[in-house]
Amino acid sequence: MAYLTTHPDVVPVISFRFGKGAADIDRYLELDGYKDVQKCFQMEPDAIINEVKASGLRGRGGAGFPTGLKWSFVPKESAKPKYILVNGDESEPGTCKDRLIFEHDPHSVIEGVLIAGLAVGARMGFIYLRGEYRFLIEIMEKAVADAYQRGFLGKGIFGTKHDFEIVVQTGAGAYEVGEESALMESLEGKRGVPRIRPPFPAVAGLYGGPTVINNAETLATVPHIFRIGAKEYAALGTERNGGTRLYCLSGHLEKPGVYELPMGYNLRKMIYEVGGGIPNGKKLKAVVPGGSSTPVLLPEEIDIGMDFDQVAKAGSMLGSGGVVVLDETVCMVEFALRTIKFYQHESCGWCIPCREGTDWLKKSLTRLHMGGAVDKDIDQIKYLAENMLGRTFCPLGDAAAMPTVGFVQKFRKEFEDHLNGKGCPYHPAPDYELATV
Amino acid sequence: MPAEKTTIFSPELAARFDRLVTLYPVKRSALVPMLLYAQDEIGYISDAVIAEVAERIGITELDVRNVVSYYSLMRTKPVGKYHVQVCTNIACMLRGGNELLHHCSKRLGIGHKQTTPDGLFSLEEVECIGSCSWAPAVQVNYDYHENLTLETMDKVLDEYRAKASK
Amino acid sequence: MADVTFTVDGKQLTAPKGTLLIEACRQAGIEIPAFCYYPGLSLQGACRMCVVRVEKMPKLQTACTTPVAEGMVVTTESPEIGQARKATIELLLGNHPLDCPVCDAGGECELQDMTFKYGAHQSQFVEIKNHREEQQWSPVVYFDRPRCILCYRCVRVCGEGMDVWALGIQNRGSGAVIAPNKQDHLECEECGMCIDICPVGALTSGTYRYKTRPWEMSHVSTVCTHCADGCKTTLGVRRSDDGMEIVRGDNRDKSGFNNDFLCIKGRYAFDFANREERVTQPMLRQPNGEFKPATWEEALDFAAGKLREIRDSRGGKSIGVIGSTRITNEEAYLLQKFARSILGTNNIDHHRTADYPAFLAALKAKGQKEASIRDFADAKAILVLGNDPTEQHPLLAWQIRNNVRNNQARLHAANHQDIKLRRQATSFLPIQQENYGALVAFLAGNEKALKGNAEAAGFRDALRKEESIVIAFGSEYRGKDIEALIAFGAGFKNVKFACLGDYANSRGASDMGLLPDLLPGYVPVTSAGSFAQEYGAALPAEPGLDMIQMFDAAGRGDLAALYVASSDPVKLYGVDPAALKNTFVIVQDMFLTETAKLADVILPAANLYEKAGTATNTYGDLQLVKKAADKAGVRADFDLIVRLAGHMGHDIKTLVPFGKGLLADFGQSRGTQSGEADRHAVWLTAHQLELKASPFDPFAIFDEIQRLVPAYEVPRLNLMAGNDEHLKSDLVQIQTGAARRDLVLPSNDTLFTSGTLGEYSQMLHSVMESRKQKPGRNSRGLMIRKA
Ligand SMILES: Cc1cc2nc3c(=O)[nH]c(=O)nc-3n(C[C@H](O)[C@H](O)[C@H](O)COP(=O)(O)O)c2cc1C
Ligand code: SF4
Ligand code: SF4
Ligand code: SF4
Ligand code: SF4
Ligand code: FES
Ligand code: FES
Repeated sequence: MAYLTTHPDVVPVISFRFGKGAADIDRYLELDGYKDVQKCFQMEPDAIINEVKASGLRGRGGAGFPTGLKWSFVPKESAKPKYILVNGDESEPGTCKDRLIFEHDPHSVIEGVLIAGLAVGARMGFIYLRGEYRFLIEIMEKAVADAYQRGFLGKGIFGTKHDFEIVVQTGAGAYEVGEESALMESLEGKRGVPRIRPPFPAVAGLYGGPTVINNAETLATVPHIFRIGAKEYAALGTERNGGTRLYCLSGHLEKPGVYELPMGYNLRKMIYEVGGGIPNGKKLKAVVPGGSSTPVLLPEEIDIGMDFDQVAKAGSMLGSGGVVVLDETVCMVEFALRTIKFYQHESCGWCIPCREGTDWLKKSLTRLHMGGAVDKDIDQIKYLAENMLGRTFCPLGDAAAMPTVGFVQKFRKEFEDHLNGKGCPYHPAPDYELATV
Repeated sequence: MPAEKTTIFSPELAARFDRLVTLYPVKRSALVPMLLYAQDEIGYISDAVIAEVAERIGITELDVRNVVSYYSLMRTKPVGKYHVQVCTNIACMLRGGNELLHHCSKRLGIGHKQTTPDGLFSLEEVECIGSCSWAPAVQVNYDYHENLTLETMDKVLDEYRAKASK
Repeated sequence: MADVTFTVDGKQLTAPKGTLLIEACRQAGIEIPAFCYYPGLSLQGACRMCVVRVEKMPKLQTACTTPVAEGMVVTTESPEIGQARKATIELLLGNHPLDCPVCDAGGECELQDMTFKYGAHQSQFVEIKNHREEQQWSPVVYFDRPRCILCYRCVRVCGEGMDVWALGIQNRGSGAVIAPNKQDHLECEECGMCIDICPVGALTSGTYRYKTRPWEMSHVSTVCTHCADGCKTTLGVRRSDDGMEIVRGDNRDKSGFNNDFLCIKGRYAFDFANREERVTQPMLRQPNGEFKPATWEEALDFAAGKLREIRDSRGGKSIGVIGSTRITNEEAYLLQKFARSILGTNNIDHHRTADYPAFLAALKAKGQKEASIRDFADAKAILVLGNDPTEQHPLLAWQIRNNVRNNQARLHAANHQDIKLRRQATSFLPIQQENYGALVAFLAGNEKALKGNAEAAGFRDALRKEESIVIAFGSEYRGKDIEALIAFGAGFKNVKFACLGDYANSRGASDMGLLPDLLPGYVPVTSAGSFAQEYGAALPAEPGLDMIQMFDAAGRGDLAALYVASSDPVKLYGVDPAALKNTFVIVQDMFLTETAKLADVILPAANLYEKAGTATNTYGDLQLVKKAADKAGVRADFDLIVRLAGHMGHDIKTLVPFGKGLLADFGQSRGTQSGEADRHAVWLTAHQLELKASPFDPFAIFDEIQRLVPAYEVPRLNLMAGNDEHLKSDLVQIQTGAARRDLVLPSNDTLFTSGTLGEYSQMLHSVMESRKQKPGRNSRGLMIRKA
């Protein structure tokens, strides 16, 4: 079982029940579980939405869209049923936070879904987990079954006239399915290819009905907002960035781990204090602040608060909260290549710029890393990435292009050091030839 | 498909599928889970699995194949009893994921997407499996092994080998 | 919807709200490049070629997915946009073979054109391209993966358009690939829609691939010779050793009511024309029973001499004439005119596949309208009784599917089979094969008529909700049943009817009087009116023998001569060869058919692709037939009839009104009309038409048809421009209420058969063969996709 890592600066809001056996429904109830949804039964839908707006909660899936605002887009009247969708596809490299919630506090996800359902008038929810998380699917399915058994799900929940159904769904290995419309396609039994927008999910999403789709952490946070109060929650963070979030520290750190810290927490402190600094007395070379899709930051760029606005100002993105730390030994070309290999592997292939662009970036970077490139190839790589930016059907293309542009811009010298047959002077690829039977 | 009809699945799984298709507003929503659970039981998604799943959901085999070929967890060929999936994505790479993969390859004598002659192990280099803060990480079938070193990796493999001979 | 006003490249435009920007621009003459966008198919937003700048939007927008909005300001060409498109093409070309000179689509490839326009001519990539071998998926369809740009047009046209869903997308990312439904091969309707819609050379056809370069062909737009829907098709022809050979059929210019649709027959089954077995020389039967080639003079002299001799000695009544469902209107008209005015017989018939006379009589009796095929494309509701349009009327099925899909039209259908169109039906009623008549009675309110059919009432209720409807019925309906159906249909506020027959010009054969009792335009021979004057004294006033009676008469020894034009009645009606033992038989045809084998004289005939004229589809849509192909040694039925008449010593001016001074001569011999002006010349002048100079000009006869058959007096300009004209069926001069013997013999063709022509099509044969090798289909070879 993976745990939240402790540190004095940790503010346990979402993680309030972590490590306390709350996957057990009785334990969850003892820890004030399912009280917040019952509060919400007494509230008008708009009042619920206003609370969430007031909390300053912004989506934890990557884009940081204000959650209350998103909910308010759902039309009050709809001929088709409305749905709540939990995005637990968690596949952005560097990100491993939602799994802790599913493992330690599955009922908070259910409770979050129920509150969202009350707010927008939905009667059915789906919890979509990536296929690799089989053990979590089992935990989540048990939690849902327990909730049904207690009458918290099903017909007339909590003795009210409300009905609510939840289905736990497994993915099957596809990063792109984390993209909201692709996730709906997958949930409808299709290939994970995104949809044309508009219409946006809030108007026509799953099965054509108005749909709220939120990251698992976002929805799991919702009950806590009602538990501690929207104002109080907002006050934990910075302006327009309410509360806390789970940061996943990984890479070259003494103490990698998932920590719950207030929004706007200083990045340098996060690396050197919370994460324990760089091991073996090595120097920091770069930080990827919000999962592999976010442009890299240089050591001199890390004196920023980790909230959506400040990181954006620094030219990158807070993303999914995956902070990947690179020490001085890392070859940035190799790192860029590994990043692009991922996007090449995960591109759904629907649109030309992403499908072909990631493939060519991977090929070019592979060649460059091995020393088979000349000066104009570096420009060619940048040209390719720049011509993907903003041109693709869904943001995955941007997610591949943005960091690539960043790597070339900020580490051009390292790229140049590989040229003309020199190969990798930093971390020459060892003999990675894999065995063959 | 009514339960009394012939099925290639175990009675439990067949019963589960009978229920699964009723959970959603449209039957087809059960497709991805069905395929994955079928793969868990049969070992891979065989032509027979595709045919029966298509029949149960009421779509064409082509529809099923389009979906199967999209998802990287789904495979149309058997793998080893223990399918060792080594993450080499960025967080793992920084903490020795590549070395781990190479090590497994040497230890098992097989490369990416290959299976040992005894059918016990297969190896695959995979993308991030959501263990970045506990890197490097490996998934064997659905089980996670994290914070690995070459030594602990050996232990993991040995344990599986022992488990198989029990 | 209300119009909105917006600005594109500085021009103010208006379009209905909701129109896609790309369409609105196209209509205003602003072309926005597109690979994945295809009108009528679902939107993809996949190729990113159509990007434009919309003011106030942070990113470039795809014009194919953006609806126009009030006040929108759009730029469609700018350095930024050009660069985006160029980069997209560069990326595509990265993995695309650059061997355009040997690509099947070279010269008509959208990727080539775009590259030319946006100038992505420098290859930016040095890596090796991903290569795959070309695959054959079916006799029709070949796939060359590296050329595929994944625009998904093929997938959508097959699924959404054809409702076959035989193509899929497999794998993902750069491994994504178009895949056939049976892993390594296709099992489908083989329509070739996917091939013609492919913007590049990725999908190619077994017929055309690597045969020629597009610019080496001439393109002739004509009408399909197979089923009775009359699709417009463009034939690509090329010079061959013995004439002009057809190498391709398509309708890429989207002209005509079929837009880009053609079924396998229209697109590929032209190959019968190129068969080695074609008869290309006249042949005479020798005393020893064998055929020997003869010169045209010999053959025509012999045939004409015998005909004249028999007519003069035994009378016209001893001669029979059988026409065809695949000749032009002019030929059919000419054939009956020849029979009636020269041979002096009403013994004339053709293979009837629908009861058009009963249909038109019933329409007339009730004052109802006939539906054009175009009506099925936009009718709000459609009722199909009997027939299996997917198999027998592929275009009709296509129109209905598209109408249901794009306009939410409601289809009601009743059938004794589980027809494929059922999938599109709002309501479907299964009935017994013998209950088509009862069904109408039930619909009309006779509660007892469909006893035991529990669904019938619901079906009727659904129908009763409709105000406007188009009704198509198959050959299950004849005579009185048709009358009852039209009477029932007349109860709808707005209604039109279509009677479904089987071959390219079955309707024309009927309209042009290839019937023993009816003259062109269904004028009864018993009161021939103006025809009596036009055709002169030879025209007999009593109805002649029908097809069956003719063979009966032959069996009795009462039929001394039989003249068969492009038809195979012996095979169709299972005629005992002995019956024709004592009959002098002249057959003009393309092949040595069962009937031809019994002939005394065989004249090599051309097919519909090798001649000009007009043809009428089963919905009464008249279209121009143009000569595309040519084969040395054969002649159009038109020529053959004229020549026979000439060799009989007849003045062919009275048969074909050509040259000056035509009918005035007639007039002088008819007392009171003596000195009357040439009616034909007067008519021509009134219509500002010239006299035709050649007796072989089919339009000389078309003039006469227009003059004498009011239903055919449609505006000519439009017709000659290649457009279809709906007949004025209300002007048909038929007598209502007459009973007629039922001689309808439906062809029951499937998608892959087409009467005699089908038997000589290599492509249709290979398709059926490949199905036999991979069994498991239903008898018609169609897959039924579950909902
Ligand atoms: C390629 C791609 C992958 C994504 N993967 C995830 C994911 O794994 N989990 C997630 O919550 N959001 C993911 N997102 C973001 C979702 O599309 C969506 O914005 C999010 O689920 C909304 O929830 P939030 O508002 O609570 O953040 C992804 C987006 C893209 C473009
Ligand atoms: S950018 Fe295009 S190809 Fe890439 S994942 Fe999105 S839709 Fe698919
Ligand atoms: S030939 Fe027609 S039916 Fe066959 S795959 Fe192509 S579009 Fe589909
Ligand atoms: S085969 Fe042709 S039509 Fe089909 S996706 Fe490829 S390029 Fe487009
Ligand atoms: S539908 Fe009929 S007319 Fe059209 S192409 Fe097919 S056979 Fe020819
Ligand atoms: S990078 Fe290996 S688990 Fe995330
Ligand atoms: S035409 Fe608009 S994206 Fe392809």
